[in-house]
Amino acid sequence: MPKVIYVSAKGDAREVDVPVGTTVMAAALKNGIDGIVAECGGVCMCSTCHVFVDEHFFNRLPPAQDTEEAVLEIAAEERQPTSRLSCQIKVTDDLDGLTVRLPERQR
Amino acid sequence: MGAGTVIVGTGQGGFQTAASLRSEGYEEPITLIGEEPHIPYQRPPLSKGFPLGQLDFESIQLRPERFYQDHRIDLLAGKRVAAIERATQHVRLESSARIPYEKLVLAVGARNRKLAVTGANLDGMLYLRSLDEAIAVKERLKSAQEIVVIGGGFIGLEIAAVACTLGKSVTVLEALPRLMSRVVAPIISDFFRELHASRGVKVVCDASVSEISGSRGKVQKVALRDGTVYPADLVIVGVGVAPNVELARDSGLGVANGVAVNEFLETDGENIFAIGDCAEHPCIFAGARVRLESVQNAADQAQRVATTIAGRRSCYRALPWFWTDQFEIKLQMAGISQGHDRIVTRGEVEKHKLSVFYFKRDRLVAIDSINRPLDHMIGRKLIAGGAPLTPEQAADESLDLRILEHELAQQKGGPARH
Repeated sequence: MPKVIYVSAKGDAREVDVPVGTTVMAAALKNGIDGIVAECGGVCMCSTCHVFVDEHFFNRLPPAQDTEEAVLEIAAEERQPTSRLSCQIKVTDDLDGLTVRLPERQR
Repeated sequence: MGAGTVIVGTGQGGFQTAASLRSEGYEEPITLIGEEPHIPYQRPPLSKGFPLGQLDFESIQLRPERFYQDHRIDLLAGKRVAAIERATQHVRLESSARIPYEKLVLAVGARNRKLAVTGANLDGMLYLRSLDEAIAVKERLKSAQEIVVIGGGFIGLEIAAVACTLGKSVTVLEALPRLMSRVVAPIISDFFRELHASRGVKVVCDASVSEISGSRGKVQKVALRDGTVYPADLVIVGVGVAPNVELARDSGLGVANGVAVNEFLETDGENIFAIGDCAEHPCIFAGARVRLESVQNAADQAQRVATTIAGRRSCYRALPWFWTDQFEIKLQMAGISQGHDRIVTRGEVEKHKLSVFYFKRDRLVAIDSINRPLDHMIGRKLIAGGAPLTPEQAADESLDLRILEHELAQQKGGPARH
């Protein structure tokens, strides 16, 4: 099963096994990763599942759709070049080892 | 250690209050009490992905069960609070157990308005708000063929889209002249009416239901006052909700169109707050006292109350926003359009890309967007920041709203907050 590594704003890393097809957001909630709020439940309305994707993986992700791009504009912590919404990243075998850094705040 | 915080209601607001208290560093006991037997879950999918079979219960839980133990949140599911004993600061459960509180948060939500016509109790008449109701709807949708939805608001239209997608024959009966008329401009109502019609949903407005009839206790027909009759083997009613104010009223708290709170979300009872669907608060964006039914309102009010209880009292002034999903179309709404005196459109309805900007005395108060997500997101900042956008600018496609927003942010000395 692919692994996703969540790095908190303070720098603590946690490695989680994520079934293929599950979103990075859903896996965070299921595994008690506190830096993901996911207020809207993963429908691209709220920006509270914002993550900074490790550069090594960023270019391997399917590009963000218009809706996600728009939501990133309102993120509580300003977006960076590798910002994504974790509700829009589905884990695949190819993404094994995906590392995402969590912003200091989501709201 | 003191008695801590008791939260009544396990919906989005109750859950978020508990979660935010812990993330704010609150160390006192937290008790989260709800009538529903389930752990807290998201309601929006109940009229969308859940009945379609795309999402199961596990995937709509707000957090897994372990979360509550991990964060020392004492979750009492399936328990009803019978009374608030304000003098001694206790809540009393129906079982007579008494639980002390230092702070009490009422996040008790709302309940479905019932249809008051003959035949409303027949088998096959369903409502949709709770998980149990959604399970019943999903189950019935398997065998039902002719579905009548009473109410052309968000819930009614969402479940109509679901039933249509599942291949059912669907009729929507709306009492008013147009769909979602309480919230959106006619151009948006018309867009959704055409969307539903194009997929085969029969939409009837000005439809006043007079009687439901059936045989052997099962629903068969819905009759209108004008004599039209629609056959139905399943009727889903979505005619709005009423706030659960009884607990507050019976304990002497002020109640209007909801439990009355001030800008700090405090009731007139000492150490008692109310949030979410059940609460009526002074809203700076509406310029009035309002009661809002939305995820945003519940979650943001919960966050604010948690901050206050954790020791940093501050007033609530988050911008309201909403959304609805019908078929593949998402309607995004920012602000409160009520009382607007002018609307301006941006985009093209023919291309299914459209925003409606609502102005009240030349001030932008709300934006509704279809397939124009940037208008919605930037619009939230513009409305929240009181941007001086003119109707002419709103209509001018060549004007990039982001530039306006950046200017606004600079004037305010930092990035604009939503």
